[in-house]
Amino acid sequence: MAERVNIERRRQAIYGWLLLSPAMILLSIFAFYPTLATLWSSLFSRGTRRRASEFVGTENYADLFADPTFWLVVQNNLLYAAITIPVSIAIALAMALWANSKISARGFIRTAYFTPTVLPMIAAANLWLFFYTPGLGVLDQIGSLFGLPSINWLGQPETALWAIIIVTIWKEAGFFMIFYLAALQTIPEDLKEAADIEGTSRWTYLRRIVLPLLMPTTLFIVVNAMINSVKLIDHLFILTKGGPSDASKLILYYIWEMAFAFFDAPHAAGMTILVLAVLCIVATIQFFYIDRRTHYQ
Amino acid sequence: MNEQSFVELQDVAKRWNGQLGVEEITLDIEEGSFVALLGPSGCGKSTTLRLLAGLDIPDEGQIIIQGRDVTTSAASDRNLSMVFQSYALFPHLSVAENVVFGLKVRGTPKLERQEKMVRALEITGLIGFESRKPGELSGGQRQRVALARAIVAGQPLCLMDEPLSNLDAKLRASVRKDIKKLQRDLGITVVYVTHDQTEAMSMADKVVLMKEGRIQQIGSPDDLYSRPANTFVASFVGAPPMALMDSATLDGFPADCKIGLRAEHVSIVPQGSGRLTCSISECEFLGSETLIGLQHPGTSGLTVLQPGLSLMEEDTLVDINFEDQHLHIFDSDGQRVYSA
Repeated sequence: MAERVNIERRRQAIYGWLLLSPAMILLSIFAFYPTLATLWSSLFSRGTRRRASEFVGTENYADLFADPTFWLVVQNNLLYAAITIPVSIAIALAMALWANSKISARGFIRTAYFTPTVLPMIAAANLWLFFYTPGLGVLDQIGSLFGLPSINWLGQPETALWAIIIVTIWKEAGFFMIFYLAALQTIPEDLKEAADIEGTSRWTYLRRIVLPLLMPTTLFIVVNAMINSVKLIDHLFILTKGGPSDASKLILYYIWEMAFAFFDAPHAAGMTILVLAVLCIVATIQFFYIDRRTHYQ
Repeated sequence: MNEQSFVELQDVAKRWNGQLGVEEITLDIEEGSFVALLGPSGCGKSTTLRLLAGLDIPDEGQIIIQGRDVTTSAASDRNLSMVFQSYALFPHLSVAENVVFGLKVRGTPKLERQEKMVRALEITGLIGFESRKPGELSGGQRQRVALARAIVAGQPLCLMDEPLSNLDAKLRASVRKDIKKLQRDLGITVVYVTHDQTEAMSMADKVVLMKEGRIQQIGSPDDLYSRPANTFVASFVGAPPMALMDSATLDGFPADCKIGLRAEHVSIVPQGSGRLTCSISECEFLGSETLIGLQHPGTSGLTVLQPGLSLMEEDTLVDINFEDQHLHIFDSDGQRVYSA
């Protein structure tokens, strides 16, 4: 009897592993192994024709921490994340609430808001290049109507990063709106009616009912926005190339530069490991802390 | 108008893009009464309730609650509470938070809030469930939370939109009694929408039967059962509903009339001594009695009740008898003829 139970249990275990294996194999080949390989190569020095690559321990990391450009890039990326994440989420929520209400041309508004998401980032960047170009650009044209001087938005260290931030928000908000829109439609109409009968104001209803019910979506979007704030650098190649004087350089762009422009793979690998570590820590905090205070339906 | 009326609807109409919603709804509701809006689905009973609640605004007519014209007022200005068919509980809030939500919004002090909540939970038997989420409750418990939320504010008028339709049959019967008792104990006025005539007939002081957006009859359950105003009421109310016969089937009635007859007034008599000879179409054993369906040209829904188990062969011919005093006569438009 006990033996049969054991066999049955083993059979279930085999089933489980069989179901897990496709994803596990793919993830191992394309995520886990590269991560470990990166970690490994970050511990070696750069091999040149004269000097072969040798194990240097944490020396590459020490170099990075001593590199002022690295700190500037980190600072840039933190500001970039601190602005793009909350602002694009707030705009997405506002647009979703509007596009979900009973208005005419609702379909048109939804499509219009979603369009930036459909565009490839490179195309979007080219579009914004046209907005930002001094003299010719739309922004300058409008400015000149009011007698404002021409501004080289992408060409000055003070404004370059902000110009990049605006493009990112423009690109992301529509995408996040779709998630909010879908979540809003799962909130039954009669909750609003029940609240109306109690005399709940719009604002209270939003704060006490809608926002808590949207929390799972918000959590999902925050994680995505955070990953994007590190991942999304396509527009840098078109708009600024990280310049002027590194003012708009983000960490992934710097990694790319390190690896493929300066051919310094070990330092690039070191930075990659640092980014991964930070992302892991933040995602863990989000899931364990916010998740506990989130209501799932 | 009538000074005692607590709620009045006068010629209220609501149309949806030209489609029929409700039309010519005129209704008086006395304070402390239990009024049921009854009818098949799509008859406009829920629309009427929503107009009363202020969730929709009528295209025509007037709604007066406690002597105040509230036709275009917001729902929250009408001093009423509502129980929704789906209960509309806030899924992320606990039972206690759900119940006090309205009080909180209205800015009731915390101590008073607490007192009222405990009382409402006591009345609905929910003590001990305060911190549960709606998702952790059974259907019956959720229903009671919805009731507790409706009564906690102490509003004099409570609207209920098919509150029992999501419960199983057994629970429905017990909650029905609870709601009726609650209404009496609290002395509140209840307007209750249902498509289930058992609910309407057993709970209501006054039943409003509707069809296709119009009121067919307003009256006590006895009025609707014993004196149906038209053929629709006759064929809707009662289980089994009233049988309808063409006047030509019987002697001594004006032409083009319909004659209504209830199953309990029909008796099977020895052959040759009855007023009609029918064939048996089906037998349905109900426990204490057996319902026997009869067929005769020019009649519909003719049935007779026999005590106990008395199944009869199908297609057997039987004679039936009934007395003139039990017949209901409807004219060619289907309206009741009030004579003799």
